Amino acid sequence: MELTATTTIRKPVPEVYAFWRDLENLPTFMAHLEEVRTTGDRTSHWVANAPFGKDIEWDAEIVGETPGEKIAWRSTGDADVPNAGTVRFVPAPDGVSTEVHIVLVYDIPGGTIGKAVAKYFGEEPHQQLDDDLRRLKQIMETGEVVRSDGAPWGKQSRKEFPQRPAQPLSESELTKGADR
Amino acid sequence: MRANTWAGRNKVEVRDVPDPTILNKRDAIVRITSTAICGSDLHLVDGYVPTMQDGDVMGHEFMGEVVEVGPGVDPGRLRVGDRVVVPFPIACGACGACAAELYSCCENTNPNAGIAEKMFGHPVAGIFGYSHLTGGFAGGQAQYARVPFADVGPLKIESDVADEQVLFLSDILPTGYMGAEMCDIQPSDVVAVWGAGPVGQFAMDSARVLGAAKVIAIDKEPYRLEMAERAGHTPVNFEEVDVRSRLLELTGGRGPDKCIDAVGLEATHGSAHIAAYDQIKQAVRLETDRPHVLRQAIMSCRSGGVVSVIGVYGGLVDKFPVGAWMNRSLTLRTGQCHVQRYMKPLLRRIESGELDPTRIITHTLPLEEAERGFEIFKNKQDNCEKVVLKP
Repeated sequence: MELTATTTIRKPVPEVYAFWRDLENLPTFMAHLEEVRTTGDRTSHWVANAPFGKDIEWDAEIVGETPGEKIAWRSTGDADVPNAGTVRFVPAPDGVSTEVHIVLVYDIPGGTIGKAVAKYFGEEPHQQLDDDLRRLKQIMETGEVVRSDGAPWGKQSRKEFPQRPAQPLSESELTKGADR
Repeated sequence: MRANTWAGRNKVEVRDVPDPTILNKRDAIVRITSTAICGSDLHLVDGYVPTMQDGDVMGHEFMGEVVEVGPGVDPGRLRVGDRVVVPFPIACGACGACAAELYSCCENTNPNAGIAEKMFGHPVAGIFGYSHLTGGFAGGQAQYARVPFADVGPLKIESDVADEQVLFLSDILPTGYMGAEMCDIQPSDVVAVWGAGPVGQFAMDSARVLGAAKVIAIDKEPYRLEMAERAGHTPVNFEEVDVRSRLLELTGGRGPDKCIDAVGLEATHGSAHIAAYDQIKQAVRLETDRPHVLRQAIMSCRSGGVVSVIGVYGGLVDKFPVGAWMNRSLTLRTGQCHVQRYMKPLLRRIESGELDPTRIITHTLPLEEAERGFEIFKNKQDNCEKVVLKP
């Protein structure tokens, strides 16, 4: 499965590039990621979170890198869900902003893991990636993922339909957090 | 705290809900001193805006005192104790739309942007108390509200003007003003405003301060037309006269130079069969909006004129007079108000006495009586024009 998405961020290319190149930032806006840990100059270890299928972890390496222009990576070894991605950073015509163009490729296996991944992406798989980029834009432009009373957990917002009412959270809801 | 909530179609209910807390670093909590019921709240209660949920706190016109700020709020912009009016569109101040002062189209403040994008092609900003389509933010018909990006939107009030003088800077005064501003008013212009509700009245006053030669008010409620007439505008009652003929008479056959639709998707029509056509199509959702006013404004406007739309539309219409629009060189301008753009200049016009927003207030009720407030406002009982609620 190949997914593409794009957004424009009102920040200069070097800043957006540097944020993405620190792969440990990816889980702040990519809903399916729990953690990315840098293990070397070009290698990293990725952990997906529950909706993507429990306990899925894999190693990845950067396979192509042009500073200020492009980063490409792919999973290595025997990943449960072999995957690869490329992100390109293009100066926008306004002279201030950066266009981010991303392509992700998943090799979805059979069995329970394949089913979990297919369920996560649902009928409109590109929507997940659109939402990921929307959160990247929020973080780059405003400093954090925007929360509302109806969708208070930011990154989890797609899990939150039907949403909770648009009224303030109770103390127990706040204590419980995103994992309801 | 106590808050007025949506409780299903045609029902609001004041209930106990939790007090708001800081969820994002740049949030503030405001203790509300005055809030109001807006005509667009009626669209929510009447069920014409989708994605409302039982328990949603309503209200997007409010002001009060800052009682808490998040750690990310710039203290140079906002501090605890400040008295503020809160604009209804939530805007981040940093995206491309905000940079272009298109605050109601902010690209970052709607966590449900994906739904809005499906309906509108591109997403729109978050709005307080205005359905989950615009973010699922609790509203301001309550004792307290959480205000995101508190160092961007809220306007500090540093003089001792009464709440009633500045409360409407949150929405209806800037909305009316933007309706007139989009008309690019010239000194010789006759401006016709459909709808003598609160937004219509402010569009008329704004057309006057922007220099229109004559302002015409179109409605069917005698008390609303009288209110417009007392402010110096020329009334036209669409239940008593044919609007187009009357407008031609008032303009020497030219038609109004500029036309403002301050009604939107729930228009009523003087002619029963046309009203029935749209009501039936709307009821079975073949069209979502009843566009009588928009059609009439386009047909009435002089060639080369401007039709400015500030009444709320939500979806699709049909029988749109595209031929008149195209062949007669009309300009159609519209938008949810970019309130942040207008708050400071309009505050100056209020302080100088050029505009008196208090003239439309007919009812002041305790928050506990919100349900009654909605009832009389919706049914135009007791000559109701605008209800202010006190938490």
